[in-house]
Amino acid sequence: MTKRSWWTESRTAAVLLPVAGLIAAIGLWWLATIVFAVPKFLVPSPADVVARAAEDPMMLLESTWVSLAETVGGFLLAVVIGVPIALLIVRSAILERLVYPLLLMVNAIPKIAVAPLLAVWMGFGPSPKVVMVVLMCFFPIVISTAQGMKSTPVELVELLRSLNASRTQEFFKLRIWHAMPQIFTGLKVAISLAVIGSVIGEFIAATKGLGYLIYTSGASADTALAFAAILLLSIMSIVLFYGLVLLEHRLLPWAQEKR
Amino acid sequence: MIRLDGVGQVFDGREGRITALEKIDLHVRAGEFVTLIGRSGCGKSTLLRLIAGLLSPTSGTVRVAGEPVSGPRPDVSFMFQRPALLAWRSVLANVLLPVELDRSTAARDKAAYRDRAHELLELVGLQGFERRLPHELSGGMQQRVSLCRSLIRDPKVMLMDEPFSALDALTRTELSEELQRIKMELSTTIVFVTHSIDEAVVLADRAVVLSPRPGRLRDVVEIDIPRPRSLGQNGHVADVARISSRLHALLADKTPPIAERLVDEVWPR
Repeated sequence: MTKRSWWTESRTAAVLLPVAGLIAAIGLWWLATIVFAVPKFLVPSPADVVARAAEDPMMLLESTWVSLAETVGGFLLAVVIGVPIALLIVRSAILERLVYPLLLMVNAIPKIAVAPLLAVWMGFGPSPKVVMVVLMCFFPIVISTAQGMKSTPVELVELLRSLNASRTQEFFKLRIWHAMPQIFTGLKVAISLAVIGSVIGEFIAATKGLGYLIYTSGASADTALAFAAILLLSIMSIVLFYGLVLLEHRLLPWAQEKR
Repeated sequence: MIRLDGVGQVFDGREGRITALEKIDLHVRAGEFVTLIGRSGCGKSTLLRLIAGLLSPTSGTVRVAGEPVSGPRPDVSFMFQRPALLAWRSVLANVLLPVELDRSTAARDKAAYRDRAHELLELVGLQGFERRLPHELSGGMQQRVSLCRSLIRDPKVMLMDEPFSALDALTRTELSEELQRIKMELSTTIVFVTHSIDEAVVLADRAVVLSPRPGRLRDVVEIDIPRPRSLGQNGHVADVARISSRLHALLADKTPPIAERLVDEVWPR
C-alpha cells in the first residue's frame, strides 16, 4: 500500500516542492561560487547575474522578444507545412515511398552544418533563423502526425467504411482526431527543438536575439550577461512547453483519461 | 431480405490460400432474427462482412433486398464487438455520426434525426447522458450508445458481430433482453454473430450453425420458443434447454453421440 500524505496529495505541496527544489539549486550554486572563490568571469554568482541583468533590462527584454518571435514563427510554420505532408504520406502509399526517404535524409543532416549556408543565402535578417527553426521542428511533427493517423484502430476505420464514409471524411472526422494526442507529443518535442534552432541561427549570423547576446558576451568575457540570457532562454522554453500542455488539456479533455 | 447463393471466400494468407467460407446458401426473411453460431475460425464474422458489403465474395452472390451487394448500404447497419465510439465526440454526436457522414442527406433533414437520437437514447435508458464523453460511461452504457448509433437511420438490416461478448454476464443478459424488446418494437431484420449457445437460443428465430475450416453451413435450427425468452426463472426453460443441447451436439465437432460410442466399444465393427 502506498502511503498517502500531505506531501504527495496536496495541491499546495505540488507547487511548493518544485519551488523549494529551485531555491535549493540556486542556493547551492551561490554557495559553490563563495566556497570555491570562483572568479566572476568564469562562474558568476546568482547575485552577479541579477545585477548584470538589471543594468540593461530593456536590451535583454528586446532580445528575448526577437528570439521568441523567431521560435514561435518557425514552429507555427513547421506545423502548417508538416501536418499536411503527414496527411499526404498516410493517404498515399506511393507518395510515402517517394517522400519518406527524402525526409529521412533531410533529418539526418546535422542542422548546425546548414546554418552558415542559410546565412549566405538569406543574410542576417530573421528569415535564416526561422528556416533553421522549421528544419529542427519539422520532422518530429511529421512523424508524430503520420504515426498517430496510421495507428487509428481498425474497428474505427471499419466503422467508417460500413457507414460509406469518403476517404476525406475518414481523415477529417476520424484519423486526424485520433492522432491529436500523438500530434501534441510531437509538438512538445518540437517546441524545445525550436528554441535550440533559433539560438543556432543567431550564433551564426545575427545582430540581435538571445543567442547573439550569448555569443558576443562570451567573446567579451561578460559571463554574467551570458548566464542571464541562458536563464531567459530556458524560461522561454519552459513557458512555451507548458503553454502547449495547457492547450492540450483544454482541447483534448477526452485524451487525459487514457493515461 | 438477405439471400446468399453459393458464397465462398478465399483469403491469401502468408502460408498460402485459406478458404474461410465454402458454398454457403442462406436465406434470411424480412423481420427475422438469425444468429450465426460456430467455433472461432468458422468464418462467421467473414460472412457478416460479406452481407455488410465490407468484403466481396470470391464466389457466389450476396443479395440484400433483392439487389446484389456491391458496398456498404445506408439501410444496413453494422455493430461491432467493441463499442467503437469516437472518444472526442459526445454521446449524442456519436449516435448522429452515420447521419453526419451521409453525403446524400440534406442538412435540413439531418436536423430531424436529433429528435430520433434523443428517442433512441431514452429507449436504452441513457437520457441525460447526451453531452457526456464515451470514457465517462461504463462498458455496457457504451455498447448501448453503439446500439443507438446503429439504429439511427432505421435500418432494414442490422448486422451484429458478437456485440455483447466483451461485457460482464449481468450486463450481457440485460442488453440481450433489451435487444429482444427493441426487436419486438421495430421490424428490423437482424443477423447476430455469437459463440454463445445461450445467446443464440434466447435471441434467435433460427440459429445457423457453421463448422470450421473451411467454414461450411452445418445445420439450421428453428427456435420456436415463445417470446420473451430467458435463461432464468420464468417459463420456456425446458424448451431453451432442449434446443441448447441440440446446438451443443452440433457444435461438438464430429464426436459421435455417447450411445453410439458405447456400442462401438462393446461390439467393435
